[in-house]
Formats: sequence, C-alpha cells, structure tokens
Amino acid sequence: MRLHLSPEDRAFRDEMRTFFSTAVPQSIRDAVAAHRELTKEQFIEAQRALNAAGLAVPHWPVEWGGRDWTPLQRHIWREEMQLAGVPEPLAFNTSMIGPVIATFGSQEQKERFLPATANLDIWWCQGFSEPDAGSDLASLRTTAVRDGDDWVVNGQKTWTTLGQHADWIFCLVRTDPTAEKRQRGISLLLFPMDTPGVTLRPIELLDGGFEVNEVFFEDVRVPAENLVGEENHGWDYAKFLLGNERVGIARIGSTKRMLIEAKEHARGITVNGAPLSEDPYMTARIAELENELLALELTALRVVANSAGGRPHPASSVLKLRGSELQQAATELLVDIAGPLSVASFADEDSDVPEWAQVATPSYLNYRKVSIYGGSNEVQRTIIAGSILGL
Amino acid sequence: MEFSYDDEQNGLREAVSALLSRAYGDSEQRRRVVGTDPGFDEKTWGQLAEMGLLGLPFAEADGGMGAGPVEVSIVAEEIGRVLAPEPFVEAVVLAGGLVADLGTDAQRAEVLGALAEGTLLPAFAHTEIGSRWQASAQSVTATEDGGSWRLTGVKEPVPNGARADLLVVSALVGGATRLFLVPGDAEGLTRTGYRNHDGTRSAKVTFAGTPAQPLGEGTGDQAPAIEKAQARARVAYGHEALGAMETALTTTAEYLKARKQFGVPLNKFQALTFRAADMYVSLELARSTVMWATLVVDADGDVVAAADRARLQTSRASRHIGKEAIQLHGGIGVTAEYKVGHYTSRLTAIDHLLGDGDWALARLAGSVGEHQTVDALQ
Repeated sequence: MRLHLSPEDRAFRDEMRTFFSTAVPQSIRDAVAAHRELTKEQFIEAQRALNAAGLAVPHWPVEWGGRDWTPLQRHIWREEMQLAGVPEPLAFNTSMIGPVIATFGSQEQKERFLPATANLDIWWCQGFSEPDAGSDLASLRTTAVRDGDDWVVNGQKTWTTLGQHADWIFCLVRTDPTAEKRQRGISLLLFPMDTPGVTLRPIELLDGGFEVNEVFFEDVRVPAENLVGEENHGWDYAKFLLGNERVGIARIGSTKRMLIEAKEHARGITVNGAPLSEDPYMTARIAELENELLALELTALRVVANSAGGRPHPASSVLKLRGSELQQAATELLVDIAGPLSVASFADEDSDVPEWAQVATPSYLNYRKVSIYGGSNEVQRTIIAGSILGL
Repeated sequence: MEFSYDDEQNGLREAVSALLSRAYGDSEQRRRVVGTDPGFDEKTWGQLAEMGLLGLPFAEADGGMGAGPVEVSIVAEEIGRVLAPEPFVEAVVLAGGLVADLGTDAQRAEVLGALAEGTLLPAFAHTEIGSRWQASAQSVTATEDGGSWRLTGVKEPVPNGARADLLVVSALVGGATRLFLVPGDAEGLTRTGYRNHDGTRSAKVTFAGTPAQPLGEGTGDQAPAIEKAQARARVAYGHEALGAMETALTTTAEYLKARKQFGVPLNKFQALTFRAADMYVSLELARSTVMWATLVVDADGDVVAAADRARLQTSRASRHIGKEAIQLHGGIGVTAEYKVGHYTSRLTAIDHLLGDGDWALARLAGSVGEHQTVDALQ
C-alpha cells in the first residue's frame, strides 16, 4: 500500500504530458476540446504522430510495436492523452482488431495488417451489431457461405461507427447455421469496404452528426484467407475483443477535462450579480462530481493493478458503468451552465452564443450513447450480478 | 501508487478476523452483548489488547506497536464486517489519537500504555447539544485557579461516556479550544449513560467545576489538532463502514439466492439483481476512496481534505447499501432478530458520527474553485 507514484512513474507521466501537449497539433486538440467533429485527416494525423513516437499501440505485443508497459503506465498514458485533448488512436484499429489479429491471426495476416493498422494506413470499422442483434449479439444473422476459395457474405450490420471513413471491416458472420449452440457457428471475416456488394447508409444522430452507419452485404465475395483464426470460433475472438474494449472505456481524463471546462464557463456567467461558479448548489454539484470521478479513477488504478494475464478484472464492469454515467453527468452539467444559451445549437457565425454553449446540448444528446455502446450498462449490471455476486 | 496489502498485513487481517468471528460470527452473540452495559464485551476487548491491537498506532516508547494507518484500517474493517461493538475507532483512533498527538511524555506513557493493555478506556467528550461536527468546543468552559483547572458545562452525546475510565474533554479557554483529561471518578462529574440505536452506548456528561488536567503543554488553540484527529477517525470509520457494507451486500446476495417467491428464487428477478449490482458499484467506489484516504494519512498528506472525500463517498454508499439491503430482504430486514438491519443501523450511526456526506460535501464545495482538477496520483 503506497500513495505516491514511484520516481520512474512520475518521470513517465511528465514525459507523456509533455509529448501530448506538444507533439499533436494544437488545432486538432482544440477541436477535441471544443467537442467538434474531427475530420478523417485529423484522426489520421494525430494517430500517425503517436505511432511515430511509439505511442499508438503500447498494449500490443512488443514485436508489433507494443511497449511492455505496466498497467499503471498504460493508465497514465491514456489519461494524459485525454486530459490534453489528444484524439485517442482509433479504437477499432488499436483496441479491437489489432489485438485480435496479433493474438489469433496467421503470420501472414499479422505482417499484412498490423503495421498498417497501427499507423492508420488502414481504417477499420466494426461489423458486429445487427438490427435484431444488439445486446444479444450471438443472435446475429449475417451469413457467409463457402463457395470455392471464397466466402459469400449476405446480410446487414448496423451502428457501424465511422464506417464512412473505413477501408476495411472486421465482420462477424454466421458460418454454421446448424451449430447446436448459436455462439459456435460464428466466424470473423476481414474484407475491404469497397468490395462489390457492400453498401453503406449513414444514420443521422440527434446531434446532427453522422457517426454511425448501416452496412449492407449482397453476395460479397471474401477470399478464404481473410478468415481470422479458426472457422466457427469467431465468438471467442469477439469476447476477447469486447473485453479489451471495456478497459479504458471509463474515459476519466476526458470527463476531467469537461469538469475543468465547466468550472471555467461557470466563472464567466453572472447570476444575480455573482458568478455562477459561486452559487452554492453549483459548487456542491461540481464538488460531488469531482469526488465521484476521483472514486472512479482510484477504482481504475486498483483494477488495472489487479488485472492478471490480460483478462479484465471483474470490476472493470464498474468502470464502464460508472465511467459512462459520469461522462453523461459532465455533459449535462455543461448544458445546465449554458442555461438559456443551450438551445442555440446551430447558430451561425453572426451569433453571439459562444461555441461551447452551442455544442453543449448536441454533445449531451450524443453522449447518451456511452451507456449503450461497449456493452450497455444493463449488460454490465448483468455481468456484475452474475459473475461477481453469483446471482 | 500501490493498492495491495503485504503478507504481514494479510496475516493481521486473518488473525483479527478469526478472533472477531469467534466472538460475533453468529449475530445472536452480538445481540446478547449489546443488550447489557457497557454495550461491548470486556473479554473481547481484553483479547484485542492481548493481540496488540489497542496500541497498534502508538509509538513503541508509549507502549504501542508503532504500526501505521493501513494496519489500523484492517482492524477497523474487520470490526465492521461482523459489527463488533468494541469501540476501536472511538477509543484507539480518536481519543487515543488525540493523546498521542498532543500529550506530554508522561501523559502518553500513562494513557496509551494502559489503553494498549486494555486496562484504561478513554473517550472523547466533544459533542454538545447544538454543535454540529465542528472541531471547536461550544459551551463547556475551562477555568484556571492557582495552577489547577476546572471544567463546567455539558457534553452530549459522548460515545462510551459512562463506561470510559478517562475522558478527553474539549473546552473553551477564552476564544480557544483546549483539551483536558478527566478521570471517570473525578469529583463534580455526573454521567448518565444510555443506548444508541445501533446498540452502542453514549452518555450525557455534566461537569460542575470538575478538576481537569490540560492535555499537553502550551496555550494555543487545539481545534486544528482535533480536526486532524477527527479526520483520521473519519477515515478509520470509513473502513469500519466498508466491512459492514460488504457483509450487508453478501448477506443480501445470499438471501436473494435462498429466498423463494412465486415459486422461484428471488435472483430470478432482474429488478432485484440489478439493484444488488448497483450496491456492488457503490461499495467498490467507496472502497477505492477510503483506501486512498488511508494512504494519504500514511503519507501525512492533506488528511482533512482526504477524509472529507472519503466521508462523502462512504456516506452515499452506506445509505444506498444500508437501505437496499433491507428492502431486498423484505420484512425480515426490519426485524431485530435478523442481522441485516443492524448493519444499516450501525452504518447510519457511523454516518452521523464526525460529519455526514452533505456536511463533507459543503466543505468540499467551498474549495472547488481553488483547484483545476483533483489529482488521484501524487
């Protein structure tokens, strides 16, 4: 039991802080801080800056660019990155398909995909959810039927985040519809988004943005060599991938940044002759959020320290559950601080409503997603009740 | 930053747990003990002393074990886990802590040595009707006449005030708060003990020109020292609450599996299991914060602020878990015959000893503009 960071970890934190606040262009960090939608080019530029410094995929195997850091160092890396407003390396590449290929892929797949995935030369999207397979992912119906040296894919995926930018998709498909257990008949295929028969339809979200898509497959031919691991074992890889997704999903650094922002804005607003930042109810609300965020960060530190053998600690569900709630609470706080200005979401350049107040509500509405994606909070409660409490 | 216990600390936990589960493993044992004065078991208190636990945080030169706040936290947690009514936090961490911080060499040796041996029970007589968790005395006064001091006024409720062998009393001297030692058999001292809702005991303690010995030397205000000792006690209470919350949760989870209604065990109802999952979330978040606060005490950081943070988190968690534990049990949770309600009662008492969650929040809110972020890593 020890409070302080070791001198090595302290130096590591300083190193990360300096890197993130200097090596990634200010314009990109400003866009993140202002809750603006990033362009594809901005994502790519940021990730390549990280990758050039060996900071894009520290959790990968060392031979593919990993850094063999301690869990605490990974936590510091992630939090400092978020605190500095640096866009995180694309999760579909670095947290999802990258580790799956590194663990289960063939040597040929590793050589072909991993360096390009780390450098965002290939932009991956996730073909998991379907209209009738959300939290119940194993009920997915997209099929792949073997025909000579190809798999022929038919069906539909949805909620495909940033699919409009994607070069490739990693896609769960049903390869054995007769399997006794439906989880056993699923495989994981990789294919380019410009393969004939793939069409994409963007879905507009509440905030006016286009973040997710529907993807349709009509007789899409995928070479057999693009199957990951073993046929009909895709569910194992999906579970491995989702476990990785849950780590780091608490986004503590990002929520911290929103609270800093909220305090700044509250100082600039006057209510009955006094700054909103001195209103007793407002200060109590912020103080309570800060305390809950501290509790979450400490829990994250406790959990990363106890994650053995690459498997997430059971309490990582707490991180997802509470992390999403606090992200949402911070966006809600910003809306409330913006107050009457919070309705002017799409004001034009002539408007006097500050940008932060314009984006507050769209951002709050958009953030309803965080308690839904990555395993909805209800799924996390099911995990806690089942695997931790034995209920 | 490191959150795991070493072998010696794990060994301490096992030893304390073994002793206390012999004494209170069956909740009927506790019911019997708190049914009669002094509200705890003198024999168990003696066994805690034999294990060295009552002198745990004190210097070896004062008769203690020279251990740190982490060891103290382990004992407090095990106390809470079985709801042992022995006043460990009250006597060792708070009253003893004040003597250890402020006492002269002679006072420390005399009081802490005897406390460690289990032959002297000190109690901190500080709360007054109308006071609300502040560090200063409100109306009890101390006056000096020819080098001897006398106290006048009323302290209430004083935890273990009737049973205590020695009272550590806060009193006003001019505008300053000073501490005094008053033996239980002092002249002009009247003590009326009674039972608290959680089975522990408090007392009304009246001083009528009662002779008293100043604790320590000097004439300065001792309120800041009281604040710090109370902060350490808040953190230790946090661990007692963690132990109690964990038992309340595991007891509830067991009950959900065992109890049948509508022909199925209650854990078939997602409406109930989700609520149990939320209790777990509250518990783990509180655990992280309280453990961190103990590390702040250990590193002699900003103990008062850390204790407020732990208190806020624990208060919210203990209310949530305490109330849900009863609700998920149903009617049996409200009975005195079943154990779970007693956990809620004790958690409620801890919450209101030394300041509740809203009180801590008000203090934290007062300084929220003074920092940009709260740094967990130091």
